[in-house]
Amino acid sequence: MQIKKNIAVSETGFVFDPTSGESYSINSEGQEIMVLLKDGKTAEEISETMCAEYEIDKAGFEKYFYDFIGMLRQFQLIETED
Amino acid sequence: MSKRKITVALTGLNNTDNPGPGVPVIRGIRESGEFDARILGLAYESLEPAIYMDRVVDKTYLVPYPSDGTDVLINRLLEIHKKDPIDVLIPNFDAELYAFMRSEKILEKAGISTFLPTLEQFEERHKSNLPDFGKKYGVKVPFSKALTRADEIEDLKKDFEYPLMVKGKFYDAYLAYNTEQVRMHYNKITAKWGLPVIVQEFIKGTEVNVVALGDGKGNTIGAVPMRKQYITEQGKAWAGITLDDKKLLDLTDKVISGMKWRGGMELEIVKSFDNELNIIEINPRIPAWVYLAVGAGQNLPEALLKLALGEEVKPYTGYEVGKMFIRYSNDLITDVKEFEKLSTQGEL
Repeated sequence: MQIKKNIAVSETGFVFDPTSGESYSINSEGQEIMVLLKDGKTAEEISETMCAEYEIDKAGFEKYFYDFIGMLRQFQLIETED
Repeated sequence: MSKRKITVALTGLNNTDNPGPGVPVIRGIRESGEFDARILGLAYESLEPAIYMDRVVDKTYLVPYPSDGTDVLINRLLEIHKKDPIDVLIPNFDAELYAFMRSEKILEKAGISTFLPTLEQFEERHKSNLPDFGKKYGVKVPFSKALTRADEIEDLKKDFEYPLMVKGKFYDAYLAYNTEQVRMHYNKITAKWGLPVIVQEFIKGTEVNVVALGDGKGNTIGAVPMRKQYITEQGKAWAGITLDDKKLLDLTDKVISGMKWRGGMELEIVKSFDNELNIIEINPRIPAWVYLAVGAGQNLPEALLKLALGEEVKPYTGYEVGKMFIRYSNDLITDVKEFEKLSTQGEL
């Protein structure tokens, strides 16, 4: 699971997709996850990092995480397999 | 290096909510590092805003509509040229291009340079010829049909699924959900633009546009893709952003190299949800949003001028992604004396 290389994520949580011209605003947790994804971290590693940082258990985090990933996929911000 | 003095005449001064490309083309030329241009505006109506805008045109001449006859328009142009010599003419409307393309030799003989598509290029990219165009150049286009009689509307359901697009040969496009709506739009369009009326398959997706310039030898001199971010009721872009999309640039190259396109063009493309690129229109001139390309690093109006002067132009190799344009309206104050002068003497 990789965020497309040309996606820009700013420190303010502004996400710009230069291929579609679409832009999105995400909260600080979303921004943190996007940065981890861009750094090539796996879902497991992201879960560990976020659970250590915030008061949430693994199952609770993953529910929100995969929702978020679904949204990124829907907006075509994630590299497809081909 | 001192700038070269040049006189450029151009149309498209109607800087309204459905703007012509005149003002952005002039802005590009004004920002040229190579040309010190004197701009002659050619106006079809006395209230085209650019006539009265500061530092846009240096002089305006009223000209007759192409529908009055090619000879009438060209004779007026030659009359203007006699007292105010023109180096380069840049027409900015689809509807007038035919007259100027047909008169290219006459203009050239008189010393007026142009850089226009050939009649063959102009014809084959027509909306009514799009299916053949798609086959010839191997690009995806929507299924379409040219209507010349109202009684053909009833039979559309045999070939199309609703909704579908109803388009004028030069301008205007409407979405129709049933036969009655097609009939309504057909009548509206024929009254304004004549026949044929083009019916086109409606492709769901995101509309993206590319402004490009071909050198007539198959090379793309420049190309900048844009997505409309804010669209007016007339479907015109009120804001837009440059895109980083190699597929769009490859498609543009394919069209320009295949056709050996000569001059400015705008590709209107729908990117379907499965990321297929469908060309829905090819406009044979620079679009009104060309100043975004200038702002992103490709001064296409300047490059067009150089091509018209017969100079070699090095293709642009890049542009800034994420550059935006946002249009605005403004109330310009002028005196009735200006309007009077243009209306009575045909120049200002």
